[in-house]
Amino acid sequence: MASLIDMRRRIRSVKNTQQITKAMKMVAASKLRRAQERVIGTRPFATQAKHVLASIAARVDQSNHPLLAQRSGVTTGKTMLIVITSDKGLCGGFNTNIVKTVGQFLRDHKDRELSLGLVGKKGRAALGRRGFPIRFEYTSLPKVIGFAEAEAVAQPAIEDFTNGKVDSVHLVYNEFKSVMVQNLVTEQLLPMAPIEVTRDEAGGIDYLYEPSPQRIFDELLPRLVEAQVLRALLESSAAEHAARMTAMDAATRNSSDMIENLTLTMNKVRQAAITREIIEVVSGAQAQ
Amino acid sequence: MAIPTTLRLEFVTPERSIVHDEVDELQLPGEEGFLGVLPGHTPLLVALKVGEMWYRKGTETFHGFVGFGFAEILPSSVTILARIAEKADDIDLERAEAAKRRAEDLLAEAAKGSVDMDFERARLALLRAITRLQVSQHARMRR
Repeated sequence: MASLIDMRRRIRSVKNTQQITKAMKMVAASKLRRAQERVIGTRPFATQAKHVLASIAARVDQSNHPLLAQRSGVTTGKTMLIVITSDKGLCGGFNTNIVKTVGQFLRDHKDRELSLGLVGKKGRAALGRRGFPIRFEYTSLPKVIGFAEAEAVAQPAIEDFTNGKVDSVHLVYNEFKSVMVQNLVTEQLLPMAPIEVTRDEAGGIDYLYEPSPQRIFDELLPRLVEAQVLRALLESSAAEHAARMTAMDAATRNSSDMIENLTLTMNKVRQAAITREIIEVVSGAQAQ
Repeated sequence: MAIPTTLRLEFVTPERSIVHDEVDELQLPGEEGFLGVLPGHTPLLVALKVGEMWYRKGTETFHGFVGFGFAEILPSSVTILARIAEKADDIDLERAEAAKRRAEDLLAEAAKGSVDMDFERARLALLRAITRLQVSQHARMRR
């Protein structure tokens, strides 16, 4: 059995670790709140943009816009997978789950020609050397993710899709469901779902356009793609903080259990040592 | 149909909502020139450029910076979808000044032809910085 001093040291080190995990949990909790607010902040733009699009859709020719083109290879051809992971670890199964989902996607679509877009250091570490062509890597995201980051991620995807280098683009990311639950989402980014023309809008308002409706439509579509990427990035960052919070909470509780167990064993060892000493003294006295 | 007396202004960027308010009048930097909007405006969809916008509520005027995007104008509401936007009070003057200097330096270098760089990007950066400074200055003058 370990000596008393060893056990004391062990307890102290566990306590130190516990303090760190506790602090990390608290930090994650406060970051989570801000991240959640930012996710909600993206909603008005998406709703308003869709609303505007729906009202123009009736007046422009949707069929030949490059971002809407449903090519024959959408479900079979060349595919780009944008994988959003975190830069930092210590967040439970957050990144492992993403990598697993990607693996599943690869198994399900063996016949497809795949390229990867990796966001986050952990994704690069896990998927960078699997032999798939890497279209872009984007790591060390700033603390506050903004439109500039979304643009940087969306741009290569839009480029490759319009050039015909890929036939579809998918996003894989963790969606923030609740503090305990992250949803793994695989969604199609390009081609975009066709814009629905509601009968009401088509017959309703007769707009003036400055410049032309087609140009506004053409300008607005990429913005919507970027907005979708931005939402995915923000969802992922909220989910990351949530996952870290849960993981660190579990770690704090585990270390509490460990300290308890160690203290118990330590006391037992101490007791045994005292008992042994007493026996020695007593038997020594009897021998005289 | 009665002409509405106020406009419901929704001013949003992909990141957040900037203004959500009832206003009496506003002006926007349209791609083909500035335009003023009063309640009862005819439905209009307009592309925006980098520039200054303001809106009036009662006797108070608020200024803002807007860079690229669209505005949907209806008789009783205006929706601005901007790529970048800030309220005058939120503009970081030091950052704008620094950005202006940086862009100017880059353009000066480019004029000499010494470096190969993204001319258009520097030009836009300079435009944004100057506009931000202007907006902030105008907002302070009104006070």
